[in-house]
Amino acid sequence: EPLRRRASSASVPAVGASVEGARRDRLGSYSGPTSVSRQRVESLRKKRPLFPWFGLDIGGTLVKLVYFEPKDITAEEEEEEVESLKSIRKYLTSNVAYGSTGIRDVHLELKDLTLCGRKGNLHFIRFPTHDMPAFIQMGRDKNFSSLHTVFCATGGGAYKFEQDFLTIGDLQLCKLDELDCLIKGILYIDSVGFNGRSQCYYFENPADSEKCQKLPFDLKNPYPLLLVNIGSGVSILAVYSKDNYKRVTGTSLGGGTFFGLCCLLTGCTTFEEALEMASRGDSTKVDKLVRDIYGGDYERFGLPGWAVASSFGNMMSKEKREAVSKEDLARATLITITNNIGSIARMCALNENINQVVFVGNFLRINTIAMRLLAYALDYWSKGQLKALFSEHEGYFGAVGALLELLKIP
Amino acid sequence: MAECGASGSGSSGDSLDKSITLPPDEIFRNLENAKRFAIDIGGSLTKLAYYSTVQHKVAKVRSFDHSGKDTERDHEPPYEISVQEEITARLHFIKFENTYIEACLDFIKDHLVNTETKVIQATGGGAYKFKDLIEEKLRLKVDKEDVMTCLIKGCNFVLKNIPHEAFVYQKDSDPEFRFQTNHPHIFPYLLVNIGSGVSIVKVETEDRFEWVGGSSIGGGTFWGLGALLTKTKKFDELLHLASRGQHSNVDMLVRDVYGGAHQTLGLSGNLIASSFGKSATADQEFSKEDMAKSLLHMISNDIGQLACLHARLHSLDRVYFGGFFIRGHPVTMRTITYSINFFSKGEVQALFLRHEGYLGAIGAFLKGAEQDNPNQYSWGENYAGSSGLMSTSPELGPAQRARSGTFDLLEMDRLERPLVNLPLLLDPPSYVPDTVDLTDDALARKYWLTCFEEALDGVVKRAVASQPDSVDAAERAEKFRQKYWNKLQTLRQQPFAYGTLTVRSLLDTREHCLNEFNFPDPYSKVKQRENGVALRCFPGVVRSLDTLGWEERQLALVKGLLAGNVFDWGAKAVSDVLESDPYFGFEEAKRKLQDNSGIDIILGVFPFVRELLLRGTEVILACNSGPALNDVTHGESLIVAERIAGMDPVVHSALREERLLLVQTGSSSPCLDLSRLDKGLAALVRERGADLVVIEGMGRAVHTNYHAALCCESLKLAVIKNAWLAERLGGRLFSVIFKYEVPAE
Repeated sequence: EPLRRRASSASVPAVGASVEGARRDRLGSYSGPTSVSRQRVESLRKKRPLFPWFGLDIGGTLVKLVYFEPKDITAEEEEEEVESLKSIRKYLTSNVAYGSTGIRDVHLELKDLTLCGRKGNLHFIRFPTHDMPAFIQMGRDKNFSSLHTVFCATGGGAYKFEQDFLTIGDLQLCKLDELDCLIKGILYIDSVGFNGRSQCYYFENPADSEKCQKLPFDLKNPYPLLLVNIGSGVSILAVYSKDNYKRVTGTSLGGGTFFGLCCLLTGCTTFEEALEMASRGDSTKVDKLVRDIYGGDYERFGLPGWAVASSFGNMMSKEKREAVSKEDLARATLITITNNIGSIARMCALNENINQVVFVGNFLRINTIAMRLLAYALDYWSKGQLKALFSEHEGYFGAVGALLELLKIP
Repeated sequence: MAECGASGSGSSGDSLDKSITLPPDEIFRNLENAKRFAIDIGGSLTKLAYYSTVQHKVAKVRSFDHSGKDTERDHEPPYEISVQEEITARLHFIKFENTYIEACLDFIKDHLVNTETKVIQATGGGAYKFKDLIEEKLRLKVDKEDVMTCLIKGCNFVLKNIPHEAFVYQKDSDPEFRFQTNHPHIFPYLLVNIGSGVSIVKVETEDRFEWVGGSSIGGGTFWGLGALLTKTKKFDELLHLASRGQHSNVDMLVRDVYGGAHQTLGLSGNLIASSFGKSATADQEFSKEDMAKSLLHMISNDIGQLACLHARLHSLDRVYFGGFFIRGHPVTMRTITYSINFFSKGEVQALFLRHEGYLGAIGAFLKGAEQDNPNQYSWGENYAGSSGLMSTSPELGPAQRARSGTFDLLEMDRLERPLVNLPLLLDPPSYVPDTVDLTDDALARKYWLTCFEEALDGVVKRAVASQPDSVDAAERAEKFRQKYWNKLQTLRQQPFAYGTLTVRSLLDTREHCLNEFNFPDPYSKVKQRENGVALRCFPGVVRSLDTLGWEERQLALVKGLLAGNVFDWGAKAVSDVLESDPYFGFEEAKRKLQDNSGIDIILGVFPFVRELLLRGTEVILACNSGPALNDVTHGESLIVAERIAGMDPVVHSALREERLLLVQTGSSSPCLDLSRLDKGLAALVRERGADLVVIEGMGRAVHTNYHAALCCESLKLAVIKNAWLAERLGGRLFSVIFKYEVPAE
């Protein structure tokens, strides 16, 4: 049995006793009254923090912000609500874009969620990390510090920007371990579902554009689970229970590499643009395939002719360099990075003896090509032993985990 | 190193240049007898292999007919020496740029006499491209061999047959190469071949291997993506760019994500969080060097990580790296080593091979030579005919490094008998024959290189004198001088050229060079004369020993053993005396006190052996298979024993009853590698249950085996005939080593 380490966190005490196995607490639900007893509601009310409720995940490239918008505000509550709080709520919920780079993923909004006895909607917002100073400035302008709220933040940026939050925004960050938050967030979001639909899904016939189907997956037996978080870089975790996990490895070839290389090779400026180009390109003009070398399959080693033998291998030749388009290069970059992540994930799954692999992270946002490729590669190279799973809220789990920490939800 | 006449050919382009003149003396040697060909054509280099026979002179000793014993006179030699032609098998490997293929094929066609050759084994990506050219030029049928099969066959071959083949790369040490002693069991291992893509193969036995994985991110990715990003077309130039770049300008590091807090969190801020993570911006230009460096790190780290994951899955700790991405490039060896250390936390070792570039050609050759059973023989790297590892200082630009335009050579001699470990070695995997690693010890290296340089005149003189009837002896001796001198100069610059540099390798290189120019045994006459003198003294020595009491006799025997050992023509201090004073004799040597032929074997070793026999001990007397300096050879020892048996009943009956056995060691060196001993000797040691090993002589007991740990009692004896070494060991010139060891329980 692999060595397991107890989850630890840099700044937050470890969570209470773990629940091994399949039993999972349903902490909230998307519909109707919950089974939470009246007594529990009372104790929750006393313990729960003041609004606004935020969870923040400051990554290398993107900042992910989740915001709980209470919908059960009583008239008397509304009366008492301070102006700045109201203005924040209005600002966040009435817009879908903030400044030139902030975006609210409206389609991900979780409606009628009950959190700590309060009912409301959970909003998912993102903006580039390089706009962090502007965000802090906004906090100062909107006089956040007067709300006496606690900002729970995770990701490397929680450390990097801690001082700025304090000196510019007069805000004290509560820094949280990103892996703890990630796992917490995933388990929670999966448990509440996606507005009545399943959170987790997989692809059937991923290689076949006609027959390919996205199907819900019931993650009722989540453990053990290999969690592959693809942000700017990649972290791979083996999760054995809610708070028993270890970081297996990571790779620096992640979403940041895809986007960074695309910028250099194609001059694109946004992730969306890079993906759009990739969708129109042909990577086989850029990559050297097994069949380019062996004329077909390499039978001695059981390698199919279509497999990539050398990523960008055709680009060793001047003629071929001149013959490729930017779209081809974007596609090849996407295929290269995705295949590599798939291959490392597969090796980790083998070494850890785990066969469900959940891929999350913002690299997968609107990135069906990558998801289908991961699904196919994992299935093909493992001869059907491994299953690639995905989750609707891709990159927001860290931020959700941070929010749960704020609410002291175990 | 055989530089081709056309220098700076790196710029000669891709066209086949027919005007290239090849230096045939140096590069296609023994072509007239060549019989099997194999060729490995890579992306830029061609490796040609052929099997040939080498005819060279050997000194054979033959006993006179002793039927009329009384006719023997004092001045007559004890046996006759005849110089005979001997044919031995040799494997030749030549590596050159693809540019030279046509010129080389023409040359081979013109010089190939052997008409029995019908087929050439071909492997490598270029085999297909050049198939027609080869068939047309050589009129040989091209048999294509599988690339990976050849690679693995070649890898097994070099790991088994070439000492110090594998090395680890350490960037900050001088030199950067740390060679590994050959492991008696080479399997299982992981071979990671980084060509345009990456293949990871698990090798379990000679014939069983399995492709366990691979990656498309390999050398082709570095080259192709690098060419796109930097507009630099050549692989070597890309590497050169990379060696000057700063990846932190392009990569997003942990410290970029965490700010300064990584320290308090115990994270290394320099770790790469996201390769090319900083290039995701439109408003910044990046330098070619920085992008190349970032790309190099990205690819090396990725390969290292996958290799570690596979090594872990298969519980393997030896991972060999090869392919054009690695091939002698310090930059890539360094990044791969770093990556393996990082991802395996030191549990897996990244190993590289000296002859990595030849693996495919060796394998293809072996495939074609299967009926000759090349694997049943032992082979030895011929230092005289092999180029050795190049200087690959990262400071040198690709043009300066002159990798191109060079004909790199490897020659392997087939040994007549297989070599194996001494069964009495305590721990064969950790056995290191050599006492001082001159690669490591710069001071010792300097001393010994100078020492061998200074002794060269004497060796040349001796070589000429040994062949008074030869008209071209002086000329050949001069060529020998030049060759060995050049080797010494190469080793001054590149001590790592032939693996770990040791006194043994310096001695062996000299023997190989002497053989190359047909000086098989310059000391044969000296040995003959000394043996004659010593044999005449033998009865007297034995008589005087027999008059002594037990304890006195033991002391006298040991003194005799050591006195004999003084007569070492290899030791400068001794050869100076011997050259100047022909009357310097055994008595004098004994007075000077503090394995050689003549006095050593006859007056030192045999009385000692006789004493052992008298107390009922069985003795296996092992001598060199081939000549080295004035050390007694197995052939000579047989005659000497026969002559002694004629004078001494103890030795006589022992020989008859096989209580005294004379065998060969398998070595032709003044030193001794106990991991490469004649199979017959090893079998006998096992069969007779040997429980004491006596190793005599400075070469065998001090330069080598001084620290050798055996699983039985051992006695190491020598006289230190070198003032510098004596001082190193804390003694004086002509001090004695008498090291009796009992293995720890």
